[in-house]
Order: sequence, then structure tokens, then C-alpha cells
Amino acid sequence: MTYSATAQPSYLQNTGGRKGLMAWLTSTDHKRIGVLYLVSMAGFFSVGVGIGFVMRLVQLTTFQKLITAQTYNALFTVHGVIMIFLLVIPGLGVVFGNFFLPILIGAKDVAFPRLNLASWYFYMTGAILAILSLFTGGGAPDTGWTFYVPFSLKTGTNVSLAIFGAFILGFSSMLTGINFITTIHRLRAPGMKWFRMPLMCWALYATAWVQILATPILAITLVLVILERLFGIGIFDPAKGGDPLLYQHLFWTYSHPAVYIMILPAMGAITEIIPTFAGRTIFGYKAIAFSSMAIAGVGSLVWGHHMFTSGMSEFANMLFSLLTMIVAVPSAIKVFNWVSTLYKGSIDFQPPLLFALTFIFLFCIGGLTGVMQGALAVNVNVHDTYFIVGHFHYVMFGGTGFAFFAALLYWFPKMFGKMYSKKAIYVSWFPMFIGFNMLYFGMLILGVTGMPRRYYVHLPQFHPMHVFATVGSWLLVLGLLIYFGTLLYALFKGEKAGDNPWGGVTLEWTIPSPPPVENFEEIPTITTGPYHFAEVEK
Amino acid sequence: MSGHAHRDDVGSKLGMWLFLVTEMVFFGGLFIAYSYMRHRYPAEFHLGGAELNVTLGVINTLVLLTSSLTVVLSIVAIQRGEKSRVMGFLGMTLGLGFLFLIIKSFEWAAKFHHGLYPNAPHLATLPPGEQVFFGLYFVMTGLHALHVVAGMAVLTWILRKVAKDEVRQDRYIHLENGGLYWHLVDVIWIFLLPLFYLAA
Repeated sequence: MTYSATAQPSYLQNTGGRKGLMAWLTSTDHKRIGVLYLVSMAGFFSVGVGIGFVMRLVQLTTFQKLITAQTYNALFTVHGVIMIFLLVIPGLGVVFGNFFLPILIGAKDVAFPRLNLASWYFYMTGAILAILSLFTGGGAPDTGWTFYVPFSLKTGTNVSLAIFGAFILGFSSMLTGINFITTIHRLRAPGMKWFRMPLMCWALYATAWVQILATPILAITLVLVILERLFGIGIFDPAKGGDPLLYQHLFWTYSHPAVYIMILPAMGAITEIIPTFAGRTIFGYKAIAFSSMAIAGVGSLVWGHHMFTSGMSEFANMLFSLLTMIVAVPSAIKVFNWVSTLYKGSIDFQPPLLFALTFIFLFCIGGLTGVMQGALAVNVNVHDTYFIVGHFHYVMFGGTGFAFFAALLYWFPKMFGKMYSKKAIYVSWFPMFIGFNMLYFGMLILGVTGMPRRYYVHLPQFHPMHVFATVGSWLLVLGLLIYFGTLLYALFKGEKAGDNPWGGVTLEWTIPSPPPVENFEEIPTITTGPYHFAEVEK
Repeated sequence: MSGHAHRDDVGSKLGMWLFLVTEMVFFGGLFIAYSYMRHRYPAEFHLGGAELNVTLGVINTLVLLTSSLTVVLSIVAIQRGEKSRVMGFLGMTLGLGFLFLIIKSFEWAAKFHHGLYPNAPHLATLPPGEQVFFGLYFVMTGLHALHVVAGMAVLTWILRKVAKDEVRQDRYIHLENGGLYWHLVDVIWIFLLPLFYLAA
């Protein structure tokens, strides 16, 4: 392929001499890998949403003829495994991190492009193993996504294979983390100092450290469960001198920091969106950058708040309670900075901003209910109730999910060079927002009034609220269908978006849409911070 | 894929170090489990340690330490461009790794012979603390042995690259990174020796 230095083909045109699907499956271009993740995650997301939808139907008792109690156990396990390990953990990091991290720092690609593609194959292998576990062996796992011992050791269902899938997914996550840290350290464009990086890069950097430092703990924990099931080594088995509580400690040592793997890139994307539509520089650049690192640091020390009722010492309970409340501080710093950025900005109200503001609203509810549970007295009462389910759906779906939708709306025109119908997106927002709050605020109320989570049946007094929440789930799914339908339509029939539809000033808006193969004609030299809107006005 | 042969040895080494960090945390989880259990069952860990063969453990330590030396010597040799010595030293490293595994397998076989393996009827009659001790012993030395095998596979792959001159005097980052990994395997063993063999 020959082309002049001034007109590279876009990454979508450059097939590397291969045809069709192979051009995607063998490409080490970070942009193509980002799209690979996007497509595979969209597939898993629809399965996960489908299962959640059916679970809500089960709570309308008329549908219990179709779904048995054992199937229901499998459904909430699989819903959790898919949504957590296949969606929100890789989440914005692998899709937008892969696509935009090199562009935002002025690089041609990530540090290890082949390792990057390998990470996607690890991801798909883990995903396929997890899905295979549903149909092979002793049947779909029924332990819940947390795989707590001793039940995960005793159950005859196919837990080992599902756990092995999660183990492989961990590799994908760690290797991506290694790749991003090395990329940020080594490949920043000339003049792109640490405090000139767009804040998405800081968020990805903090996330990558959590991925590297926390994921191996999950890996060894899962290996121990598999070995325990295969050989009965006894480390978690009290009959052999082991301790089941050790499992919970090891599991949450990873799985709580994993929450920050999920939310930090989401916060990073929101931090990119807000200044663009406020038309002014971000308020408190360094505060946001350091709060990302603080969340990563403090967030690694709060795992015990999942175990207040597991029988830890009073002292440990108090310590973890205190640390849990402290971790809310850096998150709040971000929220205040976003709001302050909007203050006296020249706000251009576009779909990405609508979803970003929705993120802030829903994330605040999620965050504040989180602080409530950090208080020991409240925690004992709401532990293992629908309150917990409502809380983490506000954080994970209302937070990470809506940030993902906002980021997709923001960067879709850049990624594919097409603009979607803004009207249709506004239309999709209403059922999504109303349905979301009916469903998950309904769950918060159910939890406070005493409905335990993971129950197949419920007492009559909970029925009206279950019906209310289930109707909410229908609205939510309707909104999602309109949202994704609009984007799919735009992908094929949308109008050309132009290089800079939002008036953004970070590096991705200085290059064509869709971006050329090597991102830049010439590696840019950076002389200012990332959000200099005055420069544009001149 | 593209024609641009981007090369960044510092970046490659940074990536390798980060990977080693993940390996250390991986074993770190086991060391946490070990310290908790030892705190809980000090006397039983003492008895368990007495069952292990200190002589074989020390010999294996010397074997691995020597293999780390030969890896370093192979890096010195490649800096001087002495290809045959590079291959010789790498061959010695692989041989020593193999020797380590043989000695280890003799040790394991003896434990199996005495009924000291997970789920063994004899082990089940011992106090719980000793059962956990041997559970941890097999998991930790077993996972370590798997890492020895992985390290040998990596060094074999590098040996092939040396033979084909893809790793050479002006381009030996693969060998350096492979050596780093081998040292990690060595260092983990240095911790396993006192924790298990010298626990008595």
C-alpha cells in the first residue's frame, strides 16, 4: 500500500492486507482492538441484560412456573459473572482506554501492541470458558458471583470451569494494566508533561496500578479454590485446619479494589466530557489527578467492609468502617470539581453532557448509600438485602454504565466518523432514566424494609414494590434498545460527523474522524495544559 | 504489523518489572495465607517442618542460585558478542533447572510414600495444623515448580533466538528480561526454603 505522508488512510480502511474478519482479529492497531472489545462487550451486555430482565420477571410470581429455584440461583450467578468480569471490570478502560489513550498523549500506539491483541484473546478465552461452564459438567454455577467457600467447594455445579475462566480474564486485565503504565511512562509526546496529560490518562494510570497490584490476589485465590475442589488441600476447609474467612479476605482484597478498576476510567471519561461542553478549562486539575491516585490507594484498604457480619474483630470492623468513609472524600472532590467546572461555563447542552450529568446524579445516590453502609450499625441491618443490590447497581450501572453511554456518545463521532440522531438519543434517555430509578430505587426501599437478596420467593408485603421495580426494568430495557438502535443506525446511515463536532480541544479532536492509521501525521509537540479553550476562541 | 520497527528497551524492561510485580503479589497472597496459618498453628508448623528433608532443600537452593549465576554470565557473554558461550551458559541454566525439578520430584515422591499428601488417609489422622502445613507446602512448592517450568520454556525460546541471531550483541533485551524472570523464580525459592524446611 502506498500513500503520501500527508494522507494516511483511516484505521477503518487499513486492513493490513487481510480480508473481512481476519483484518480485525489479527490487527495490533490499538483503535481496532478498542472496537473489538466494544463489539464483544456489546454482545455480553445484551446477554447480561436479558438475564437481569428474566430475573425481574421471576419476581412477578406468575412466571415461576417457567424458572425453577435452582435455575434462578444460576441466573443471578451468571448475571453477576458476566456483568462484573466481562463488562464493568474491563469496561471503559479496554474500549476507550485502548482507543484514546495513545491519541490523548500523542503516541502512535500503546507500548506493546502485540501484547494488547493477546489481552483481547485472553479476554475472549476467559469469556468462552465462563459461558461453557453453564452448559457442561454439573450444570451452571449457583454460588453467586462471589464464589464464597464452603458452598463453592461443596456444590456439584460447574464452579471450577467458571473460576478458571475468571482466572484467565484476570490475565487480560493485568496485561492491559502493564501495557497502559508503560505507554504513559514511555510514549508521551514531546512536551506532554505529567500535568499536561488529559485527566482520562491519569484515571487510566491509577486504574492500571490497581489492576497490577490487586488482580494477582484474585488469581491466587481462585487457584486455591480450584485446587481445593480438585485435591482437597484444606486451606479453606475448617475440618482440615483451614479457615473459610481467609477466602473472604483474599477475595475482597481484590474485589473491592476492582470496584475502583470499574469506576476510575468512568470518572476519567466524565472529566473529559464536562470541560468540552462547559467551554472552559477543568476546575482543579491537580485535585482530580491526585484524587484518582488517592482512590486507588485508599480503595485498596477498605475490603473488610464486605465482611462486617462475617465475624471479624470489633477493632477490624471499626478500622474498615473509618477507611470506607475516608474513600468517599476523593470521590466527592471529583464531583465538586465537575460541578465547579460547569459554574459560569458557556454550556452547550448536547447528548454526551446529558448522560454525564445523569452519571453524576446516579453516582451520588450510589456513593451516599455506600457511605450509609460503611456505618456499622446500618450495615448489620441492610447486609445481604436488596439495599445492597440497589446500591451497587447505582454505582456500577448508574455510574460506570451511564459513564460508558456518555463516553460512547462523546467519542462515537470520532471513532466512526458518523453522527447519530441527537433527538433519538434524547428520547432514549427518558425511559432509561425513569426506568432505572424505578428499578433500583425500588430495590433500595425493598432492602430497607427487609427483603433479602438472592431469594427466589418473597413475602406478600414486598409484592407491590417488586411489581413497581419490574415495570421499571421494562422501561430501562426499552430505553437501552432505542439508544443502541440509534447508534447502530448511525453507524451505517449516519451523516458525516466532521473532525471536531463538539469543539473539543484535546488531541483526539485535532486529527481526522475516523483517525488515520498512525493517529498523527507528525507527532505533536505540546506546549500547554489539556483544556485550553481560550486558544480555540482566538 | 506496520513497517515501523519501534524499539524501546527501557520500556520493555519496565513492562517486565511490572509483570514481576504481579508475580510477587500472586505469591504474596500465599505468603499471607502462610503467615496467618503459622500464627494460628505454631507448634504444628514446627512438627511439619521436621518432616521435610533439609539437606535436599539446601542442595536445591544451591542449584537454583548457581543457575541464576549462569544466566548472568550469559548476559555478560552476549554483551561481549561471544555467541557460543551465551548458548553454553543458557544450556547450563536449563540443565540446573532440570536438576532442581528432579530433586523436587524425589522429595514429593517421598512425601507421597509416607502418606503426607492432601486427602491422604494418614494425613487426615494428624492434627489440623499439620494438614494445613502440608496443604500449603504442596501448593506453594507446586506453583513454584510450575514457574520453574515456565522459566525454562522462556529460556529455551530465547536460546533459539540466540541461535538464529535474533538475540545478539546489539539487541539482547529478551535475554535480559528472561534473566529477570529466572531471578524471580530463584528469589521466591529463597523465601520458601526457610518458611518450610527451616520451620522446625
